[in-house]
Amino acid sequence: MTVLTLQDLSVKRGACPLIENVSLTLHPGECVGLLGPNGAGKTTLMRAALGLLAHDGTSSLAQMTSMERARACAWLPQAREIAWPVSVERLVRLGRLPHSGTKAEDTAAVADALAQMGLQAYAQRTATQLSGGEQARVLIARALAQDTPLMMADEPIAGLDPAAQIATMRVFSALAASGRTVLTSLHDLGLAARHCSRVIMLHQGGIVADGPPAEVMTPENLAQVFGILAHYEMTDRGPVFQTLDTLE
Amino acid sequence: MKLTAFLICLCLVLFVISLVTGTTPVSVWHSFASLFATDGSPMSVVMQQIRLPRALLAVMIGASLGVSGAAMQGYLRNPLAEPGLIGVSAAAGLGAVLALQTGLAAAFALALPLSALLAALIAVAMILTLAGPRGAALTLILAGIAISALASAFTSLVLNLSPNPFAAAEIVFWMLGSLADRSFAHVWLALPFMAVGWLLLGSLGRGLDALTLGEDAAAAMGVRLSGLRLALVIGTAACVGAGTAVAGSIGFVGLVVPHVLRPFVGGQPSRLLWASALGGAAMVLAADIAVRVALPDRDLKLGVLMALVGAPLFLHLIYKTRGTLQ
Repeated sequence: MTVLTLQDLSVKRGACPLIENVSLTLHPGECVGLLGPNGAGKTTLMRAALGLLAHDGTSSLAQMTSMERARACAWLPQAREIAWPVSVERLVRLGRLPHSGTKAEDTAAVADALAQMGLQAYAQRTATQLSGGEQARVLIARALAQDTPLMMADEPIAGLDPAAQIATMRVFSALAASGRTVLTSLHDLGLAARHCSRVIMLHQGGIVADGPPAEVMTPENLAQVFGILAHYEMTDRGPVFQTLDTLE
Repeated sequence: MKLTAFLICLCLVLFVISLVTGTTPVSVWHSFASLFATDGSPMSVVMQQIRLPRALLAVMIGASLGVSGAAMQGYLRNPLAEPGLIGVSAAAGLGAVLALQTGLAAAFALALPLSALLAALIAVAMILTLAGPRGAALTLILAGIAISALASAFTSLVLNLSPNPFAAAEIVFWMLGSLADRSFAHVWLALPFMAVGWLLLGSLGRGLDALTLGEDAAAAMGVRLSGLRLALVIGTAACVGAGTAVAGSIGFVGLVVPHVLRPFVGGQPSRLLWASALGGAAMVLAADIAVRVALPDRDLKLGVLMALVGAPLFLHLIYKTRGTLQ
């Protein structure tokens, strides 16, 4: 059983390929980190997988109708947009739009999503008046309320404080532990090493490595893809990853 | 719910006041008796053929401007958007001006509004062609601005080449916007277009709510953006084109009303749609009463009064909210 299958997915801007012949399969229970330097094609890959970008090749999500897809995958874009001064509770409830359940089900899902992100106390606050980091957490709660087998998030923890970053990654790994799947792009390699069950390293529009963090985040791959030197060590408190220096 | 009830009551009260306001000095009760009289007395003619269509048109046009303003702001996620942005009102104005200039308007009763509607339809076709089926919101705005500018330029050209000052004055006065001396023929002409527009715009609530999170997130939540945009453009054009065709251009309603009501609906675009329809109807009714009360013998134009009241109101709102706007 799979929740996402990409087969030879390619996206071009003009003649220039942004991602080229990417194939991958995501399974239930995986918390997948999508790593790669700026411009590697992380966002493009996820948007094409959703069918939001014109592409060659196939994506199982892009083949669904828009409503089926909305119940199969929640998408958290990188741009954190909240256009109107709505309450946090109402904003999170937007995640229930693709569902045709009862109001009680929606309310329960919203309350659950708020609790997962530790936002119960914010429910009646106006979303646009919160700080940037708080807004980011509200938007993650919105995606959680969509209650889908797969969650795709584009740099969801950028700009959060350390505790909120760790808490968010814990929410993602808990989702995976409950049988769902998370695909998230991140730049914090240390958090990826600790919280992701699988990482995919993307470079110049193609997959360089795919597997458990310890096998993918090797000195060779890090040097080739990021041009950095890093220290990776398995300790009794989990994996520790620290970037050290850039390579010439 | 409370807000809806209040707005409906407000509209009803203003509708009644609108019916009993006029230059003919008769009592309120006599006015109402005449509204339902079938004796053909002068007062019954005034009530049934002048004041009733006038009040109905005020409601229809106000509701159209309010709902299309709310939909446009919701779609563009910008509180400065207004229905005139897509160029339909400017195009409808040009159609009307051409009808006046060529003398077509004098040929038969509905020549002017029909010509305005035709021009509005052409503008919609041009916008949809220019902006393309998949274009972003920005393309739509730019196409609208271009068409507005073109229509305004042609309107100026017509004025420029106008053979005599009387023709020019007639055109200018028409463009100021008014509900005076309209008949049921105008109501029946505008109503089908407006009804289509209301239905199209009223169906957008869910998509506009989702757009609170941006186009990408909305698309991923199952909102078909191209369909939404098509409904928005056609709905707005039908509403505003028909309104401009029968009453000239009336500004500020579509801008101010959604802005005023937004805090009362918790910022939610879907709830703002219907609230703005009612609020717009109330605002145009009130303004149309005011033009008759303020200068009864000078034919003060509705569009002029609306801008005179609307602009300071808008300034006040900006002044009040400047701390909270980002």
